[in-house]
Amino acid sequence: MSTSDTVNAGYLESLLAGRPHVPASPLAWLNTLRSEAVDRVGVLTVPTQRDEEWRFTDISQLNRMSFHPVRTTVDLQAEEAGRFRIEEAASRLVFVDGVYAPHLSIIDTDNGVSVVNLEAGLAANAVALESCLGRYAEFRNEVFSALNTAFLQDAALVVVPQDVSVSAPVHLLFIATQKDVASYPRCLLLAGSGSVVTVIEDYVSLQEDAYFTNAVTEIVLAENARVNHIRVQREGMKAVHIANGAVSLARASNYQSVSVAFGARISRYNLNVRLAEEAECAVDGLALIAGRQLADTHTCIDHAKPHAMSHQLHKCIVGGGAHAVFNGKIMVRQGAQRTDSRQSSRNLLLTNKAHVDTKPQLEIFADDVKCTHGATIGQLDSEEVFYLQSRGLSETVARNMLTYAFGAEIIERIPVPSLKSLLEQTVLDQTTVQP
Amino acid sequence: MIYPDSKIVLEVRGLCASVNGTEILKGLDLTVRRGEVHAIMGPNGSGKSTFSKILAGHSAYEVTGGTVMFEGQNLFDMEPEERARAGVFLAFQYPIEIPGVINSQFLRLTYNTVQTHRDKEELDPLEFDDYVREKMKLLEMSPDFLERSVNEGFSGGEKKRNEILQMAMLDPRLAILDETDSGLDIDALRIVANGVNQLAGKDNAIVMVTHYQRLLNYIVPDYVHVMEAGRIIKTGDKELALELEARGYDWVGAECKAASEAAA
Ligand SMILES: Nc1ncnc2c1ncn2[C@@H]1O[C@H](COP(=O)(O)OP(=O)(O)OP(=O)(O)O)[C@@H](O)[C@H]1O
Ligand SMILES: [Mg+2]
Repeated sequence: MSTSDTVNAGYLESLLAGRPHVPASPLAWLNTLRSEAVDRVGVLTVPTQRDEEWRFTDISQLNRMSFHPVRTTVDLQAEEAGRFRIEEAASRLVFVDGVYAPHLSIIDTDNGVSVVNLEAGLAANAVALESCLGRYAEFRNEVFSALNTAFLQDAALVVVPQDVSVSAPVHLLFIATQKDVASYPRCLLLAGSGSVVTVIEDYVSLQEDAYFTNAVTEIVLAENARVNHIRVQREGMKAVHIANGAVSLARASNYQSVSVAFGARISRYNLNVRLAEEAECAVDGLALIAGRQLADTHTCIDHAKPHAMSHQLHKCIVGGGAHAVFNGKIMVRQGAQRTDSRQSSRNLLLTNKAHVDTKPQLEIFADDVKCTHGATIGQLDSEEVFYLQSRGLSETVARNMLTYAFGAEIIERIPVPSLKSLLEQTVLDQTTVQP
Repeated sequence: MIYPDSKIVLEVRGLCASVNGTEILKGLDLTVRRGEVHAIMGPNGSGKSTFSKILAGHSAYEVTGGTVMFEGQNLFDMEPEERARAGVFLAFQYPIEIPGVINSQFLRLTYNTVQTHRDKEELDPLEFDDYVREKMKLLEMSPDFLERSVNEGFSGGEKKRNEILQMAMLDPRLAILDETDSGLDIDALRIVANGVNQLAGKDNAIVMVTHYQRLLNYIVPDYVHVMEAGRIIKTGDKELALELEARGYDWVGAECKAASEAAA
């Protein structure tokens, strides 16, 4: 134990060494938040596979690599960021290695939604933020959230006022450009009562060397709000991507999320969703990985109050010697009667070296509930392959078609057409084996 | 229709096949010529679907003896897709659902693939849309089925119509219809039978597996075969089907047994 503790301490210390770069804020509460987080980082250790929550996911690689906080900002040209443009989006906030890039960002001030970097948000309405920022993504016992919060400086802030409904999505783009750095993307979305908004959280890379993204996103839905959240993890293939998401749904609000994981050598996404009365959520995911990639998704859907509904479909397409992990916890608390919860984990293994660990976890403390869950792991169905062949398609084409269809079921749920077709193409490219 | 000197489409000689070590086909003989319509009847489990799927190239069945020639070629030298391109078409007894594969895309890809292999024109998406809608009209299918996943959530009868739609598009030389009539309501039976009759011509042949005379009222067979325990034990004309409907299968088996004992 002692050796690994030393290694851990060294690793965290090296990451925290950059903290002096985070200037103190004039806001006392923000300084307190950060210093609490620093304290927690001092107490917590980097998880190992001995921790139940990290049993399948070996991140010891993080210890062997030296990441440093971003020291210099890269001056990206508009064209370099432009290739990630999503045409439907009216506003786009761009962060380069976690640092806000105002010259690459486009902010539509007409449609009633406030989309700004944290600094501007604090200047405009610090009081509203004090009660939200860092209050949903638990960092006291989660070392990566704690690290992110310790480094809290730039952040994407989306505030949708009451009853404002916008169809054009907001694009939050995080571009990795430097090797060996650790960056700390942060998002806070506040959806006022009765508001409607679509947000795309997008992680991309302009280089293929190793780096570390440690992201935290908090989403708060007031009563009757509706949020579409699309999360695209298309990091570089040597990256380590660890993210924590926390979503809080007030009464009768509706959260629809699709998250896709294509990139990173190692990725881990923890998502906690907490539902109040009559709230509804759909939490869907697709991990499409190959080679030596590892993609781990841990979700916890917490039915804290009665009459709420949650649907979850998580899929993994695993090729090469890749490894996918899904742990889906559904919690139905005492008194959360009439909970309606459906969860399904479906996994497709393309090779016999590919590997999946899937674990649905139901914890039900109410008696009048409807909860279903199921998990499948398998190869392509040989009867389906034969059916397609019997219509003249070669076996390779048949297999490609079925693999693509398996992934497309999730991509089709993305309500932004250009992003949907872009990702469909990605799935097509990655699932197409040349004959 | 029986044409004099018509070419042989399918010639099956002494076909034996097993699945998971159990022998199911035990010396099956059948000759089908261009223009002909054959009906295969027989009790449940006698091997009719097994035979159909072996012709289409299903890999679960192991051929242990006999030969099958299709248009002069050894069928067993051909992959399932090569058979389809050469003109073998099986309408499945239980068409499978394929979630996520959109019907219109699937139909267009199969159509164009088969066309290419027959040195015929492919259709672009717009042309194909017109083409497939025309075919669907004949089968009184709603165009809504184009946008759905292949067979997913289709009713039993809708799945059968989707099979006949594919048959109509792929213009097979040999169509094997495995209980296409089961699960069809009276109107659908007539519509599907019309679809099949439109295909039937002097250049292609149809083999229908059925349990019921009612289909044969619409698609009149030139030959009716009785299959039992993996062999064809009796062949007659359309009158045989009426007799089977009236008397069941037992007498055929008995007659066959008596004949073989007499021969011995
Ligand atoms: N994959 C398989 N594994 C084991 N047995 C099989 C398999 N496929 C077919 N059989 C067996 O082979 C026999 C013939 O089945 P087949 O489906 O060919 O009958 P059929 O004549 O089409 O019957 P029905 O009229 O009920 O459709 C049956 O006893 C069946 O159980
Ligand atoms: Mg059958």
